[in-house]
Amino acid sequence: MGTGLIVGSLLFLVAAGLTLIFGVLGVVNFAHGSFYMLGAYLALTAYRLTGNFAVAVMAAGIGVGLFGFLFERFLMRRVYKADVLMQLLVCYALVLIMDDIVKIVWGAEFLSMGMPETFHAPPFFIAGGVVPVFYVYLIAAAMLIALALWGILTFSRIGKIIRAAAQNPTMTSALGINTSLIYASVFAFGGVLAGLAGGLAAPVRSMSPGMGFSILIESFIVTVIGGMGSVSGALVGALLIGLIRSFGTIGFPLFVEGLMFLAMVLILILRPNGLLGKESRA
Amino acid sequence: MKSQSTLRHDIGWALAALLVLSLLPLLTQSRVTLDFVIRLAAFGIFASSLNILVGYGGMVSFGHAMFFGSGAYVFGLLMQKTQVSIPVAMLGAIAFSGLLGLLIGAICVRLKEIYFSFLTLAFQMLIHSVILTWTSLTGGDQGLMGGIPRPPFLGINLSDHTTLYWFSCTLGVLCLLVMRVILQSPFGATLRMVRDSSERAVFLGIDVWRIKLYAFILSSCMASIGGVLMALFVSGAFPDFGYWTMSGDAIFMIMMGGLHVFIGPVVGAALLLLFNDIITRTTEYHGLALGLVVLLFALGFKRGITDFSLELLQKINRKGGKT
Repeated sequence: MGTGLIVGSLLFLVAAGLTLIFGVLGVVNFAHGSFYMLGAYLALTAYRLTGNFAVAVMAAGIGVGLFGFLFERFLMRRVYKADVLMQLLVCYALVLIMDDIVKIVWGAEFLSMGMPETFHAPPFFIAGGVVPVFYVYLIAAAMLIALALWGILTFSRIGKIIRAAAQNPTMTSALGINTSLIYASVFAFGGVLAGLAGGLAAPVRSMSPGMGFSILIESFIVTVIGGMGSVSGALVGALLIGLIRSFGTIGFPLFVEGLMFLAMVLILILRPNGLLGKESRA
Repeated sequence: MKSQSTLRHDIGWALAALLVLSLLPLLTQSRVTLDFVIRLAAFGIFASSLNILVGYGGMVSFGHAMFFGSGAYVFGLLMQKTQVSIPVAMLGAIAFSGLLGLLIGAICVRLKEIYFSFLTLAFQMLIHSVILTWTSLTGGDQGLMGGIPRPPFLGINLSDHTTLYWFSCTLGVLCLLVMRVILQSPFGATLRMVRDSSERAVFLGIDVWRIKLYAFILSSCMASIGGVLMALFVSGAFPDFGYWTMSGDAIFMIMMGGLHVFIGPVVGAALLLLFNDIITRTTEYHGLALGLVVLLFALGFKRGITDFSLELLQKINRKGGKT
């Protein structure tokens, strides 16, 4: 149960960025897994330098946010008008390049951050189960971020602009809003979320180049299940997948992946736009 | 009459291609070159079959490798576990993949755009998990081990490398010809209309779902032939054949070669295989190099190489006409 929740929380952070980028730009960011990977590695380096986990996570978020911004400015924006497959190609190229860059900078072998000192405390006992302190911290952090995300999207000016741009980009830009800057900041925003997730995951997941792929596939499943473009859908989907993973490991250890895809297939058949998705955009 | 002349035209091209390919072993004994052509045949069929969906049908499948994999596995299993001859096993593999395509396609082609892509991806990963999990039948992550027997049939002995080369070339050209003829037929025209405007097709009384499904089945059958060839070549079948990377490669090939020229995917397959071979030989940073090449293609040409040349040619012609 505990693992289900932390997997779900991490997945939500990654999937929320993915779904936000799709919702506003209509772009499926296949490089999102690389954002997450970069976040984990940046957090590792920042942690080794400063010894402070909170700083490490922040650094990961900011670093990847910047990376996402640059990625949009210099690469993605050139292919908005081209075929969807060209966008896919650009993202895939980035995935290949980033995996090798990580290999060059951090090495190809598995790395691990280790549990920071702060969390070396006796575990909590909740409802008869043992829950490590870090798990509680991680879930709380993810919930806090989710709440902040919701608050920003609902109440702030930038959130309103983002939602407007998602609904009608031409109209938004006609009203004098610089949509191209909005696009870049949405990418940056997604990058921040993925980076935070990578940083938060660093103590409990081992890192290796290519680690972005499995989280990418899982967060795709999450966004598709929840409905592409719907942030609250991503939350539901992430919890669902987290639970499937933790219970599946007990019931069918070898077929966990299969179970997740089965869930996705079933939901797509029954609800082609996902659980909380709107009609697909033309 | 016009369609008949294009048919003759296509058959002419096919024969010419066969002639060139059959001369190749006389010119060079290099095993690497012949192997390259065999792989090209397998991947050329595979990529072209995906282009039936992507280029002609406007359906971007992310899971096409499941049929490549099913072709390879069913063929390999039939050859290993039963006494049937190669052509029979091949037909079995095609039939199985066609049936799989019917089942999965019937569900998938209802969905639009990105959801179609994701559902095909999900089915592929599901099948990939089944292959990994059903160890007693498929050998799990080890793949089908122990080699695939290649008993001679009709005097054709595929254990002989040159014979395998000729067989692959013939099969490759034949499959491309079949796909070309089908895509030039009224069915192909209907499929293109559905791609461009499915609403208009509905008004003309066309059952869009059925047309898309037929295209899906056709492309799964063709993809399985690519898988069979690959299984024959490497004498085995591996889970990677049905993994997303294989589908990704096929999409790469199409995008590099070009969507709108029939032979584009084959050109793309040749390019990708070539890049892969060169890059693996020269650098350990395979992804970095390939990624840069892909970026160059995506941001430089913004379309496949054949599409790019076609447009260039048209531009030159237009300019020439004006002056």
